[in-house]
Amino acid sequence: MPPLTLRVNGHRRQVEVAPDTPLLWVLRDHLGLTGAKYGCGIAECGACTVHLDGRAELSCMVTASRAAGHEITTIEGLSADLSHPVQQAWIAEDVPECGYCQSGQIMTAAALLARSPSPSEREIDEAMAAVLCRCGTYQRIRRAVHRAAREAGP
Amino acid sequence: MTELSRPDRRTFLKIGAFAGGGLALAVYVPGRRPWDTTGATFQPNVFVRLGSDGMVTIWVGRVEMGQGVRTSLPMIVADELDADWSRVHVVQADAHPTKYGRQGTYGSTSVRNGAWLPLRRAGAAAREMLVGAAAARWGVDEAACRTDRGQVVHDASGRILSYGELADAAGRRPVPPDPRLKDPSEFRLIGSRLPLVDTPAHVAGRSVFGLDVRVPGMLHATVVHPPMFGGAVQHIDATRARDVPGVRHVLELSGGVAVVAEDTWTAFRGAEALDVTWKPGSFALGSADIAASLARLLEQPGEVARDDGDAETALRQAARRIEAIYRAPYLAHATMEPMNCTAHVRPDRCEIWAPTQNPQGTQEAAARLTGLPIERVTVHVTHLGCGWGRRSATDFVRDAVETSMKVGTPVQVAWTREEDMRHDYYRPTVCHHLEGAIGADGGLAALRVRIACTPISGGGGGGGSGVDRNSVEGVANLPYRVPNLFVDYCRPHIAVPTGYWRSVGASQNTFIVESFVDELAHAAGRDPLEFRLALLDHRPRLARVLELAAERSGWGTPLAGRARGVALVDNKGGLVAEVAEVSLEGGRLRVHRVTCVADCGRIIHPGIAESQMTGSVVCGLTAALYGEITLEGGRVVQGNFDDYPLLRFDEMPEVAVHLVRSDEEPGGVGEPAVPPIAPAVTNAIFALSGRRVRSLPIRPGNLSGA
Repeated sequence: MPPLTLRVNGHRRQVEVAPDTPLLWVLRDHLGLTGAKYGCGIAECGACTVHLDGRAELSCMVTASRAAGHEITTIEGLSADLSHPVQQAWIAEDVPECGYCQSGQIMTAAALLARSPSPSEREIDEAMAAVLCRCGTYQRIRRAVHRAAREAGP
Repeated sequence: MTELSRPDRRTFLKIGAFAGGGLALAVYVPGRRPWDTTGATFQPNVFVRLGSDGMVTIWVGRVEMGQGVRTSLPMIVADELDADWSRVHVVQADAHPTKYGRQGTYGSTSVRNGAWLPLRRAGAAAREMLVGAAAARWGVDEAACRTDRGQVVHDASGRILSYGELADAAGRRPVPPDPRLKDPSEFRLIGSRLPLVDTPAHVAGRSVFGLDVRVPGMLHATVVHPPMFGGAVQHIDATRARDVPGVRHVLELSGGVAVVAEDTWTAFRGAEALDVTWKPGSFALGSADIAASLARLLEQPGEVARDDGDAETALRQAARRIEAIYRAPYLAHATMEPMNCTAHVRPDRCEIWAPTQNPQGTQEAAARLTGLPIERVTVHVTHLGCGWGRRSATDFVRDAVETSMKVGTPVQVAWTREEDMRHDYYRPTVCHHLEGAIGADGGLAALRVRIACTPISGGGGGGGSGVDRNSVEGVANLPYRVPNLFVDYCRPHIAVPTGYWRSVGASQNTFIVESFVDELAHAAGRDPLEFRLALLDHRPRLARVLELAAERSGWGTPLAGRARGVALVDNKGGLVAEVAEVSLEGGRLRVHRVTCVADCGRIIHPGIAESQMTGSVVCGLTAALYGEITLEGGRVVQGNFDDYPLLRFDEMPEVAVHLVRSDEEPGGVGEPAVPPIAPAVTNAIFALSGRRVRSLPIRPGNLSGA
C-alpha cells in the first residue's frame, strides 16, 4: 500500500492504509486521535463528526483517499486549550453526561456557527439532528449553541 | 491504620497515617446487593488520601456513565472534610474484591440507601483529627479552632495551618468515635452546582472510553456471535476473511468467532468476509409466537406477588368493572458506545481495560476464564459511553479475554453496532391482564394485575421459579391505596436473554398500570389527576409531587389542539410525576412539553439531578415512540439506528424539571424519571383523541382520524 498523506489538525501525517478505509478508523487506529467516536458506521449517529475544510462531515463515511487534500480538523484540533467558543459554551452549560457523543456534537455545532454565526432555531434543529445523544443532553446542547453564538458574536 | 468499627451505625472507618505521608481514610459504606432488599453488608466505597501537599485524592469505586458519581461522591466527603474543592483530585479505582465495597453501579444506589452517611462520617472524622492536630501544635483548645476550606484557623490568635501541613500529625491521632456531622445549613458543597469534574476532558475529546484504550502492541478484533439465540458454531470457512490484508487471526471462541486484525476497520471487514455455518439451537420463535405464548400463560394462575383484601369478590360485586390487555416489547439498550473490552492475558497475569458497570464481576470472570488467582487480574475501569444496565454483564469481557489468551498480545475487542443490538440482554417483552373495579363512591375498589414477563434477574433465558421481583416492580409496590389488590406473576421460559434496563421492571409496568389507572379514572367519570390524588392520602410526599406537577403544568387550563396526560412512579428512592403535553396533527404525534416534578430526598448536586431527570424523559420517550426489538426465527431483526431509532435533537420536547426541596435522606436520581413518561404521553393521547394506547411503541398512524 502506498502511503497516503493527510493534513490533520494542521500537521501532515502519512498513513499506510487501504485507500477505502473510512477516515474515522484512520484517525482512531492509525493516528491516535480517538476523539471522534464509532457509534453506528452507517451515517445515523454523528458521533464520528469531524471537519473537512471547516464543514461537518461524518468520518465513518469519508474514505481516507477522499479526505486527502482536505484540511481535516478533529476535536483534538478544534483548539489547543479549550478556548473555542463552542467548547467554552459546553463547559459553561456543563453539557456532557456520559460524554461519548459530545465530540460529534461540538464539531457539528462549531461547523454550524462557522457558516451561520447567529443561527435560527430551525437551523440549529437541522444541524444538530444529525447527532444522537442517548443520555438526552439535547436541551443543554441547545442552550450551549445559543451561548456560543452570543459569546462569539461581534 | 487503626480500625474503628461502629456496627451500630453499620459503618466502618479505617483511618490513620499513610505510608507515603499524610492521612488516609477508607470508608465502609453500607451497600446492598443490587436487587436484594433484605441483606445489608458493610463495605468500603471511597478511599481518600490527604497528602502533605494539601491535595485531597479521592478514589471512586463506582463507575461513571454520565450520572455524575465522579463529582457527587467526592463532594460528600469533601464537604464534611471542609476541603478546598479546587485541590480535590478524583481517581477512578481499579476493581478490587473488597477494598472499595460493591463497585457494581446499577439500581441508582451510589448515594441512596444510606450510602452518603458513612462518606460524611469519614470526612467529619478526618476534619476533627486535623483540628486536633492543629490545636495540639498551638496548645489551644480544639473548641477554639475552626476549619475553612482546607485549613484550620484559630481566630483568637489569627493563626492558620493548612491541611497539608497537618496531615502527618493528624494521621497519628486517635479516630474520634462520634465525629460531629454538619448541620445541613452548613453544607458548602452538597446542594451546590459545582462544575462536573469530567466536563473539560469530555469537551477536549480526551476522555478515555473503552474503545479509546491504546496499549503498546495491541491488536484490534471483533467477534461474530451466533445470529440465533441458543445457536453455536458448526463450521468456519475463514478463507475470504484471511485474504483481507491486515487480518491476522480467525479464532473460534466459546461465544462466537473472533477476527483479529491490525485495526478495527480491517477486523470488521474480515468479519464480513467470514463464512460461518451456524448450528441453531432449539429456539426459533418469532415475536408473534412469543406474544401468543405470553397470552396463553395468563390463562393459568401465577405466583402471588401481592394479595390485599379480596380482589376476586370486589371485582365480582363492583358497580363498574373494566379490563384490558397491555403489552410492551423487547428493548435493546443501544448504548452509544458499543460493547468492547481490551485485555492482555499473560501466563502469570491478566490486565483488562473495560467500560463496565460491574468491575468486580469483570475481575471474577477474567480469573475464571484464565485460571489465574483473582489478585493476578487487574481491571481498569474506563469511561462508559452509557450503561443503562447493559454493562453489568460480562459477555464482552469474555470475548476479549479469550481472544487475548489465544493470540498472546493485548487485544481490543470491539463489537459492531449490529452485534451489539442483536446480542443484548433485553428489557423483556410483557403481556399483562388487568381488571379494575370502581366502587360506589367513585373510587378504586379493586385491582387485579396478572403479569407475564421473562424474569429480568439472572439473565432470563428460562429456568427458576417463584415471583421475579424485578418483573413485578411498580405493580406489586403500587403506591396507591387500593383496598383489594391482587398481583400475580407468570413465568415464561423463553431463550431470549433479558436483563436490567434503566429503571428495570418499572419501565414497562408503569406504562401499563398508569395507563389502566387512567382508564379507571375515565370509567369513574373523574379527572385523572384528581382520581390519583384521592388514592394517595396515605402518601403525603407523593401527593405533594403530584399536586406540584398539576400546578407547574397548568393542569386543567385549556390548550388549543393539544392535551395533557399525567403519570407517576415511586421508583429507586425517587418520587416522580410527569405531565406531557401532546398534539396529533395529520397523524403525526408531537410531544411539546414535559413537566417533571421529582422528590428524591436531599439532592447532592441539583445540576446532575436535573440532567438525570431530563435524560430519563428522553430515554422513556425514545422507548415509547420508537423502541421495539422484534424476532424472526429466533433472531433479532433490528441491527442499527436506522431500524432502531433514537429520539433526535429536533424532536426534543421542552422539559421543565422541578426538584422538590427536601431534607429527607437522598434517594435515587438516575432512573425514577424514566417510567412515567410513556403513560403520561399515552394518557395525553387518550385525552386528545379518545384512543387508548395499550401496546408500545406508540404507532401514531393508528391514531389519526380519531
